Amino acid sequence: MSFMDPNANLPPTGLKKILYVNWPLVLLIFAVSGFGFLMLYSVAGGSFTPWARPQMERFAIGIVIMFIVGFTPISFWRSITALTYGVGMLLLVFVLIAGDINKGAQRWIDLGFINLQPSEVMKIAVVMVLALYYDWLPPEKVSRPVWVFIPLVLILSPAAFVFFQPDLGTAILIILSGGVVMFLAGVSLWYFSAALSAVAAIVLAIFQSRGTGWQLLNDYQYRRIDTFLDPSLDPLGASYHITQASIALGSGGVSGRGFMQGTQSRLGFLPEKQTDFIFTTLAEEFGYVGTTLLLVMYVLIMVFCISSALNNRNRYAALLTGGIAATFFFFFAVNMAMVMGLVPVVGVPLPLVSYGGSAMLVLLGAFGLVQSAHIHRPQGVL
Amino acid sequence: MIIPSKSAKEKNRRITRRSLMLGGIQLAVVGVLGVRMRQLQVTQSDSYRLLAEENRINVQLIPPDRGLIFDRLGKPIAENKPNYRIVLIREQAQDPANVLAELAKIIDFPEDKQADVLKKMKRNSAFVKIPVVENLDWSDFARISANAPALPGIIPEVGLNRNYPQPEDFTHVVGYVGPVSDRDLSGLENPEPILQFPGFQYGKTGLEVKIEDTLRGTAGTSQVEVNSSGRVIRELSRKDAVNGADIQLTLDSDLQHYASYRMGDQSAAAVVMDVHSGNIRALASSPSFDPNKFIFGISTTDWNGLLNNEYRPLADKTISGAYPPGSTFKMVVALAALEEGLVDAEEEIFCPGHFDLGNRRFHCWKRGGHGRMNLSDSLKESCDVFYYEISQRIGIEKITAMAKRFGLGARPDLPLPAITGGLMPTKQWKQTNYNEAWRKGDTINSAIGQGFVLSSPVQLAIMTARLASGRAITPRLIQRINGVPTPLEYADPLGISDADFALVREGMFRVNNETRGTAYATRIAETTMAMAGKTGTSQVRQISLAERATGVIKNEDLPWEHRDHALFVGYAPYDKPRFAISVVVEHGGSGSAAAAPIARDIMLRALYETQPPISAFPREIRDEMLEQRQNEPPPNVVAPTPRSDRA
Repeated sequence: MSFMDPNANLPPTGLKKILYVNWPLVLLIFAVSGFGFLMLYSVAGGSFTPWARPQMERFAIGIVIMFIVGFTPISFWRSITALTYGVGMLLLVFVLIAGDINKGAQRWIDLGFINLQPSEVMKIAVVMVLALYYDWLPPEKVSRPVWVFIPLVLILSPAAFVFFQPDLGTAILIILSGGVVMFLAGVSLWYFSAALSAVAAIVLAIFQSRGTGWQLLNDYQYRRIDTFLDPSLDPLGASYHITQASIALGSGGVSGRGFMQGTQSRLGFLPEKQTDFIFTTLAEEFGYVGTTLLLVMYVLIMVFCISSALNNRNRYAALLTGGIAATFFFFFAVNMAMVMGLVPVVGVPLPLVSYGGSAMLVLLGAFGLVQSAHIHRPQGVL
Repeated sequence: MIIPSKSAKEKNRRITRRSLMLGGIQLAVVGVLGVRMRQLQVTQSDSYRLLAEENRINVQLIPPDRGLIFDRLGKPIAENKPNYRIVLIREQAQDPANVLAELAKIIDFPEDKQADVLKKMKRNSAFVKIPVVENLDWSDFARISANAPALPGIIPEVGLNRNYPQPEDFTHVVGYVGPVSDRDLSGLENPEPILQFPGFQYGKTGLEVKIEDTLRGTAGTSQVEVNSSGRVIRELSRKDAVNGADIQLTLDSDLQHYASYRMGDQSAAAVVMDVHSGNIRALASSPSFDPNKFIFGISTTDWNGLLNNEYRPLADKTISGAYPPGSTFKMVVALAALEEGLVDAEEEIFCPGHFDLGNRRFHCWKRGGHGRMNLSDSLKESCDVFYYEISQRIGIEKITAMAKRFGLGARPDLPLPAITGGLMPTKQWKQTNYNEAWRKGDTINSAIGQGFVLSSPVQLAIMTARLASGRAITPRLIQRINGVPTPLEYADPLGISDADFALVREGMFRVNNETRGTAYATRIAETTMAMAGKTGTSQVRQISLAERATGVIKNEDLPWEHRDHALFVGYAPYDKPRFAISVVVEHGGSGSAAAAPIARDIMLRALYETQPPISAFPREIRDEMLEQRQNEPPPNVVAPTPRSDRA
């Protein structure tokens, strides 16, 4: 094997790349997505339309993209990182202006076969650009204020655009994923404690400003927070979603009601049953067993990504893999916490399971980057 | 082999350490998620399951009443009437086929209809209400209600349904509603949930679809607590529906009815317009059909009958029919020449019956020719050669520019679907669409409203209203929305000199009121009501040289679809104009014989607002008119609402 191969220390080329693919990760992605197709089939009342079939088609496209991205050398992706980030920013500005012109919120660009949301692309582009930045920056400088300021700008400017779309959930995700790359790169923990204190101060300000002239959030956003803190305030109004979601989750019990037997979603009690709240249907139909299984699969995806990052001596590749893994983590953790009533409803889909083409394609593209980093990692003992 | 620097090693160690820290934090979060999952799904599962089973909160939609449509005097044109119907919920029925068979024992409910319901049921979710029978009479409805306990899943309901009390008269303008179809839904960005309500009705054609959003209103909601068998325990909150807006049209029921009656079975269209306000008094297209047949879905036989009828009853010819205007276009050409100073009131042009351009010969409708004609004569006798000659002086661009000032070649602003803009050609237009240069012969054809020139009956009415008033009158169909008058804008003057207008109007007056005028036979004898107008006969086929030589075939000898279109436009009273009218009879033959009499009768009806006195007609035709009246129906009385057949 590798000790007999004189080129073992160099990244593989040609068809040999297939051997170096992170196959367990691929299998897990198929398993989780398959779970998703089942759920979409079920919430449509036992039909491939309108959700399961398009989702499967997009998944097929996404898998192809994943392998194409994966087989392309990571050095190439590194070389177009800045460009990707720049184009992503331009698209964000574009949708903001286009939304202005159409007098309404616009978040996507119609590409014909799919509506591309620049904010989805930006989540990954931010991770890429920060990985590039910390690859370039000598480690002893990472905690100097000026070198901390630059990545903050790189993170906060797209986050601001997304926030004004308005899409609070995605803006928070961009900030969190960017923050994770900074964390992995070794920025001093003092900065993170400072940032946490600042967030706490802002939260306080948000609550204090309520009802005054300088109110910081929209009324509907305050209502969401209220009902999150106390769902019984208004069982038929704004907290209807959370109450119904909890009923669906809880009524599943340990073993669930069985595939296609969930009454909550079938009777139309669940909101956005095919997108953000699909986890509740899963919980209702497959019970505690099903939800735990999904959670375990998610954790395994994380584990395979993180171990790939740890074994990668290319700093760019390692930071990128770690950052993408963290982004993935935030997706499913926030979504699950949201439907289980642990955090306010912010509109984050369940990765690989929720219906939605843009998110699916971007996520599979990101896993392609993880594969590329994995396949082309420098090998051997140093 | 690559030897890493110390700094790279240091970098990677830090990544490793931080990765493990991060992994730890993430694991902790996953732990929290797992605990919460266990709490919800294992520990508290029983109480949640109870909530799901016993105490469901259900949101029911309250459908809004569709807005009513009235005529200008408040007579109902589209109304809602109670509809006694029954619906079926599959999951409550257990065995739907059996339930329907039981139902057939109580009321007349044939097996093919049972099969239809079962088919529809398969396509919907188990908890959706499927309409079973619509429009039951009271005794059937009462019998089913009494037997309801023996018919699980069957629910008697009272809904509202559209009804058109004056069938046929308003079919094209008002249109009709029907059940919401998948096609209707696919056209909407964000369809309101109420559209999925069983039996909900949606505009399909005419005003009903064009102002659907105004007519529909907003659904209300009622949140109720239901037990596991679906029985409503109590209402928790209620938001009433906002009914659709009521619409008052400018149309006059009586006039509209008379116009439809007067056109009879011919394929024709008539438009009557107030020359000052632009209010449309009548907008009738013939033949028509009963819109009530569409409300619950029309039968295939009826539909094919309408579709295959060569008189095209489904089309609204008033707005979507584009016809060569023929000689009714001559006023526009005359005004264009007058404004440019290329002809004056005195100039006489000799008509030998034809006009030669190069080696092509263009014929006047009168074989022997009209002799010497001035502009006023040329309108009165509708001399074609006069217009061939002056069109060569003006050129097509000026003619088209003048036509546009009269509203031709532009889509009229009316709240109706499928409105044609007609066509006013330019040199550029021909180059773009035919990739050919404009020829002088094209201008000659255009000068008599033939060739490329096309216009709809409503455009011709607008043109006539503008001729009569001298101002840029625009059509108005909706007078009030929910009692609030729609804005009535002051129309700007067209900017054509009074002298030019006077000359053209005089010519139009002579058409109707002097011997040898092309519409003299259909004049209004009552001088205070005298009409000015213009006939038009537009060819739909090419007359070959050989046919000219042997004698042009008479219209009556041609198959229907090759006969000429008959047109008439006019306004009255001449000295104090009130109404403009346009009538087009498709393949009707000549304008004076086929269109002018209809126009005169409809105009008289509009002026007198009832049957006109016999003295309004010329002496020589009074006997004939009196005889005709024997067969005429009494003035339109809104008939009592007929009971439609069961769906």
